[in-house]
Amino acid sequence: MNEKKPLLQVEGLKMYFPLKKGLLSRTYCHVKAVDDVSFEVREGETFGIVGESGCGKTTTGKCILRIHDPTDGKIIYNGRDISKLPKSKFKENRRELQLIFQDPYESLDPRQSVCSILEEAIVCDRKFHTKEEIKKRMRELLSLVELHQDIALRYPHELSGGQRQRLGVARALACNPKLIVCDEPVSALDVSIQAQIINLFRRLQEELGLTYIFVAHDLAVVRHIAGRIGVMYLGRMVEILDSDDLFENSRHPYTKALLSAVPTTDYYREKRRERIVLEGEVPSPINAPPGCPFHPRCRYATDICRTTMPELLDRGRNHLVACYHDGPCES
Amino acid sequence: MGNKLLEVKNLKTTFFTVNGEIKAVDGISYYVDEGEVVALVGESGCGKSVSQLSVMQLVQSPPGKIVGGEIVFQGQDLLQCGAQSKEMREIRGARIGMIFQEPMTSLDPVQTVGSQLAEVIRRHKKVSKKQAWEIGVKTLEAVSIPDARVRMKNYPFELSGGMRQRIMIAITLACQSQLIITDEPTTALDVTIQAQIMELLMRLVRENKTSLVVVTHNLGLVTRHADRIYVMYAGKIVESGVTEDIITKPRHPYTIGLLNSVPKLRRDCSEDLNPIEGAPPDLANLPNECYFLPRCPYGKQACKGKKYPDLRQVDGQEHFIACFMDIGNDEGCTI
Repeated sequence: MNEKKPLLQVEGLKMYFPLKKGLLSRTYCHVKAVDDVSFEVREGETFGIVGESGCGKTTTGKCILRIHDPTDGKIIYNGRDISKLPKSKFKENRRELQLIFQDPYESLDPRQSVCSILEEAIVCDRKFHTKEEIKKRMRELLSLVELHQDIALRYPHELSGGQRQRLGVARALACNPKLIVCDEPVSALDVSIQAQIINLFRRLQEELGLTYIFVAHDLAVVRHIAGRIGVMYLGRMVEILDSDDLFENSRHPYTKALLSAVPTTDYYREKRRERIVLEGEVPSPINAPPGCPFHPRCRYATDICRTTMPELLDRGRNHLVACYHDGPCES
Repeated sequence: MGNKLLEVKNLKTTFFTVNGEIKAVDGISYYVDEGEVVALVGESGCGKSVSQLSVMQLVQSPPGKIVGGEIVFQGQDLLQCGAQSKEMREIRGARIGMIFQEPMTSLDPVQTVGSQLAEVIRRHKKVSKKQAWEIGVKTLEAVSIPDARVRMKNYPFELSGGMRQRIMIAITLACQSQLIITDEPTTALDVTIQAQIMELLMRLVRENKTSLVVVTHNLGLVTRHADRIYVMYAGKIVESGVTEDIITKPRHPYTIGLLNSVPKLRRDCSEDLNPIEGAPPDLANLPNECYFLPRCPYGKQACKGKKYPDLRQVDGQEHFIACFMDIGNDEGCTI
């Protein structure tokens, strides 16, 4: 996979949301939703971002699509920094960058029929003009996501959760995107439907050569679909590794704790497994602790962790860890 | 086997709607022993929550109605008491506690945590206001809430999701309920907080010999914590047994499909998942045969036209499935 060039490079991405108060709405502090995050995504791969709520994973995805304008940092797409482009220039790239949302109930206009939802997206592509062409493209898209053609005349409320999510995927595919940011696309679905959609994502990637950034909180789902995984905690990337390494070779104490917290259906292993139950909760991103953001909950924390933020360093084999105490044998 | 604390026999709850009768719970039977953790597993709309609301007699009526069955709790049939009766009110909250998925909607937003806790304690125990407050502080400490005295004066919105769920647990704990019913207790929480809450619940079960019913769709959670599992589909129990049997030797095609749908943390992920095709049936128009047949990968011609299969015993002493076929024994399908 190494020979492929990176399609997207994120360097030192920061997204601070100002908090204002008073009559003149002075900014008195910032929510550091994303703080100095760097990673790269190669063409045709799936990069997974995991973390708990409030860790900045969704904001990272939204910054890449310029739904939020990042405070600082570079987003280099196809060799070009798109983070500072004026909106009009950015629009040219926007067709190649698409987004799939978590909630298929709220991301579809309830008053538009399926065909008009798709038509809108197809027209944006500016490749299809006549009614016949648009209809043909619509049929193509529907069959691509394994939806029945009859569905075109229905409204979102008449569809099941799985069908709605498929429609969301079809809409994202309408402009022939290169990169799709999937924000928790399967979290709202039942297990059996979830598996159908995951398989759909993988098939589409193979057929259309798509690149995904897959944002989710479910480690097992992310591990299944992603080639590389970035683990975020409180706005920072704490570990980036190949998904095959996740279980055996993860080195950051937070990643290990996350893994141990996920209950699995492997009965005999589950009974023997040592569990790391983290104390406390995620601190507020308004008053992030100094030093390593994880130190208040970390059992290996020492003085240096409380004062200086560890850097995300390459430990070989494409494995990046931001921790001072990451001996691979500790578990 | 211990003593049966709760035994539900042939429970039927139907919703009478404009679209016809919806049999949300259609004749399910299960029991909970003392000190046991029992899980009800299934996807949305399978009736797992309604079955538990029926036990508490909290099903909104109309449109819902418990149309048949028995709910025997400590030797007393709760359905004979009636939903509005004084006895039922004594049981709800005091002897059977319930913890819902979204703690924000089950706590009163305009009352402090302390006054809600004290209210419940004073409702079920003869203590003064001051004593109730002290018991409240103690129970908050018991559910590992730091600065319990300060937290008593907080409003629910000032607390995090995990903290709110601890308050809910504290309320059931304060009344020393013998049975706690939890409806998706950790679905709205992050994994690390989920682990904390489950550890807490399991500790309470061990220490107080409480019985716990967990209603969830999370199969991993069930594998880790439950003693016995009931798998529900379209208002019926399709498979039941001890956790080890259900997870390692599932015999009903639906359970097998569910387990195959879950991405594994260890397995090679180059393979595709094996989802169950199709979607759950419309409860208003159920077929007059096995409800799972349209989605069943093993479904045979022989299953067609037959009435819904009854639960029957297979290998283990407590392993029941509602299926005509014998799958799981080296894939060989015999009828």
